[in-house]
Amino acid sequence: MTDVKDAAAPTRRAAHGKAKASERRRRSPFQVIVQVFGELLITAGIVLLLFVAWELWWTNIESNQKQDEALSSLFEEFEQAPAVPVPQNSDGGDSPEPADPPVLDEPAEGETFGVIYIPRFGENHARPLTGGVGLDVLDTLGLGHYPGTQMPGEVGNFAVAGHRQTHGQVLDLIHTLVPGDKIYIQTKDGFYTYVFRNNQIVMPDQVDVIAPVPTRPDAQPTERFLTMTSCNPRFGAEERIIAYAVMDSWQPASEGPPKEIAERVAEFYGKGG
Amino acid sequence: MYAWIFRHLPGPLWVRIILSVLLVAAAVVLLMEYAFPWLSQFNPLTDSTIGVTE
Repeated sequence: MTDVKDAAAPTRRAAHGKAKASERRRRSPFQVIVQVFGELLITAGIVLLLFVAWELWWTNIESNQKQDEALSSLFEEFEQAPAVPVPQNSDGGDSPEPADPPVLDEPAEGETFGVIYIPRFGENHARPLTGGVGLDVLDTLGLGHYPGTQMPGEVGNFAVAGHRQTHGQVLDLIHTLVPGDKIYIQTKDGFYTYVFRNNQIVMPDQVDVIAPVPTRPDAQPTERFLTMTSCNPRFGAEERIIAYAVMDSWQPASEGPPKEIAERVAEFYGKGG
Repeated sequence: MYAWIFRHLPGPLWVRIILSVLLVAAAVVLLMEYAFPWLSQFNPLTDSTIGVTE
């Protein structure tokens, strides 16, 4: 009894295996369709995960590299073009009225015209400022200047936009700014120091935050504002987070950078020259 | 589908494994270089501007 069973077992197993193999080869069209459909669904899932990885990780690597390139070519320009003559005070020592800072012409779309330094975001923080807020600017060239708003040093509102999580994360830490934090802007003319005042969270259609006097479109500006906009909450875009700053002082390029960012600026000049 | 492609790749097993790795890598590069940047403009989660977005 046991002998017979043992002898028959391998044959049965082989026959079973053969049947299975031929079954796999001859599948009905329905089975083929279901399998291909399933494989396509799995592929779509993997592609979606890849997209998330690309957006949250790869775009930052790519944009950081492009922004570094933009910055080094900007500093080469700074070095080649001597700064325009600085408007002079009556040099009677303590003149009550400081001279108005020089104001750049509005840049062309995609033209990098300055650098922004926000030490609160890290001592090495420096990002290019570029004209325009189209995706081609924001995705690769750091902070974009809203066309039609004022320029650094001008009475009114110098308004810029930047990504929060992706494409360089230029304003990722915007919510960590503390009133009194310095924000430095460098152009070919000099350094403008702004002081952060407050954050505001608004709906995406509240355009008056970039008005000459933020949120008061009819008011006549007397101060020099800086407004930065980014998406809010992090990893979302149902709202916008706005950071307001007011200009505190400026110094011409010939006087060198403010102390807090001096090292960083020197580094850039070292690289460019 | 993928089994079918794998079976129709030429060469011995190790060549087919290398070929399939290359094919997957090529697909990933094409997606990251062309497909995703194009798709990204429709992603509302990266809007950081106020008002009408271009």
